[in-house]
Amino acid sequence: MSRHNLKTRGHVLLMRHLQVFFYSIGQLSRSPFSLFMTSAVIGIALALPTSLHILLKNAQQLSSGWDGAAQISVFLKESVSEQQVQALQKYLRKQKEIAEVTYISRQQALEEFKAQSGFGDALKALKSNPLPSVLIVQPALAHSEPLQTEALLEKIRKDKRVEIAQLDMQWVKRLYAIMDIVRRGVVVLAALLALAVLLVVGNTIRLAIQNRRDEIVVMKLIGGTDAFIRRPFLYTGFWYGILGAMLAFFMVTLALLLLSGPVERLTALYQNSFELTRLDFSTSLTLMISGIALGLIGSWLAVGRHLREIEPA
Amino acid sequence: MIRFDNTSKRYPGGHDALSQVNFFIPPGQMAFLTGHSGAGKSTLLKLIALLERPTRGQVFVNNQNLARISRTRIPYFRRKIGIIFQDHQLLFDRTVFDNVALPLIIAGSPRREVGKRVRAALDKVGLLNKEKVYPITLSGGEQQRVGIARAVVNKPALLLADEPTGNLDPELSREIMHIFEDFSQVGVTVLVATHDLDMISRMPYRQLTLKAARLVGDTDPVETEASA
Ligand SMILES: Nc1ncnc2c1ncn2[C@@H]1O[C@H](COP(=O)(O)OP(=O)(O)O)[C@@H](O)[C@H]1O
Ligand SMILES: [Mg+2]
Repeated sequence: MSRHNLKTRGHVLLMRHLQVFFYSIGQLSRSPFSLFMTSAVIGIALALPTSLHILLKNAQQLSSGWDGAAQISVFLKESVSEQQVQALQKYLRKQKEIAEVTYISRQQALEEFKAQSGFGDALKALKSNPLPSVLIVQPALAHSEPLQTEALLEKIRKDKRVEIAQLDMQWVKRLYAIMDIVRRGVVVLAALLALAVLLVVGNTIRLAIQNRRDEIVVMKLIGGTDAFIRRPFLYTGFWYGILGAMLAFFMVTLALLLLSGPVERLTALYQNSFELTRLDFSTSLTLMISGIALGLIGSWLAVGRHLREIEPA
Repeated sequence: MIRFDNTSKRYPGGHDALSQVNFFIPPGQMAFLTGHSGAGKSTLLKLIALLERPTRGQVFVNNQNLARISRTRIPYFRRKIGIIFQDHQLLFDRTVFDNVALPLIIAGSPRREVGKRVRAALDKVGLLNKEKVYPITLSGGEQQRVGIARAVVNKPALLLADEPTGNLDPELSREIMHIFEDFSQVGVTVLVATHDLDMISRMPYRQLTLKAARLVGDTDPVETEASA
């Protein structure tokens, strides 16, 4: 085949696709209500995992500043008296880099240990309380950079009344563990909702195929290939997918807009300037591509299943 | 053009619609297929158009054994034959022009060619002035002519018609038959199934007669005259 011939063939193919492309919009726009309903269902299904993803992103961003905001556990020497502890607590509270100091007395520590360890009876045998007094120091958010926390830790360690001072990262680790679980939950939810979108598109296309049964029969009678008959349905699925994704985009954007005011006020209370992350480009792109892909796959499955059943007789 | 070689068709359920049918229709011939309702006429046409497959024997079209045509090749085969149905099989949400253009669109003909060919086909059936109307506004005879225009727009070498005049009065039926004669005169092979014996008895064409699934008659007035 000559190059010129190839070129015209490609041109013809492109023209045919464009024809069907616009023809399918025309068909859909004839029943705008059902088009909107289907797209809205798809939109909601896509909006849910998208907004969860954005929320998670925000939580991550918010908590990334908390790495250094861990608590400092200050274990005091045995010789330190109750008054000295009180004085130290007072002194620490006055420091601008410290937000909160909680005192756990030796007695409290022992009670807690008894309750939690289950060694209650064994501990009764001890003549004296082996546990030290503890001060839990919570660094102020404004001074929560890792280096600042480190400096604070050093400062506390220098105090003569202090036996050991150590950073307690436990709760940050827990937070991350929880976020990891939530992240997996979002993936599972997204998978389930993707399945729901496939079913919605598939069912809509199935109905469209049934409605156009006569037309499909005529097409087959006069030599329409499966590809030719399939094409408008695939484009219909494409339109459902992209419209659903666009609706999801607007829903998530609107929700974030409504949330941004209260969130800013809340974070302001913690003297923290935090700006809510909007739908970024890559998330939006993923949303669009997922919508289109699900629309196409859903219609492909429906067409594959139902087009063969329709044969002229 | 068409050859049946000991061809039988049994529908699922065990009913014999065709039983050991043999005949040959040479290229360019016009022939009628007659017989009572239920004799197997539609089944015979369906075997030619690959709408059904024979249970036994073979069907050849243009020397091609239809058993060799796979499911995916059927559309391309059907594009080479024009089929006309008793119930027209028109699409009522499209204009006459779009209905007739459909086979060309399916075959991917260039746009300019489509307009030219559709008008030529509509001209042949005398409906050139109706291209913009919807089929629903047409009479039965006119709808049938749209069906014929759609069947011939691809310039097929073979035309099949299943009771094309079944719902028409004698006057309109004769008009339709004349259209088929016109195509036959330009070399198209035409096979028309009909039980309107009255009309075809006055026409000088070959008659294949089916009776209860068997081919019981094959008369050709031209040959009879020649041998007489
Ligand atoms: N799809 C089918 N399934 C089962 N039986 C059929 C089917 N189509 C036709 N038949 C039977 O085959 C016989 C021949 O039918 P048909 O070819 O339509 O005859 P004609 O067109 O001459 O009226 C009839 O008895 C009919 O009931
Ligand atoms: Mg019949």
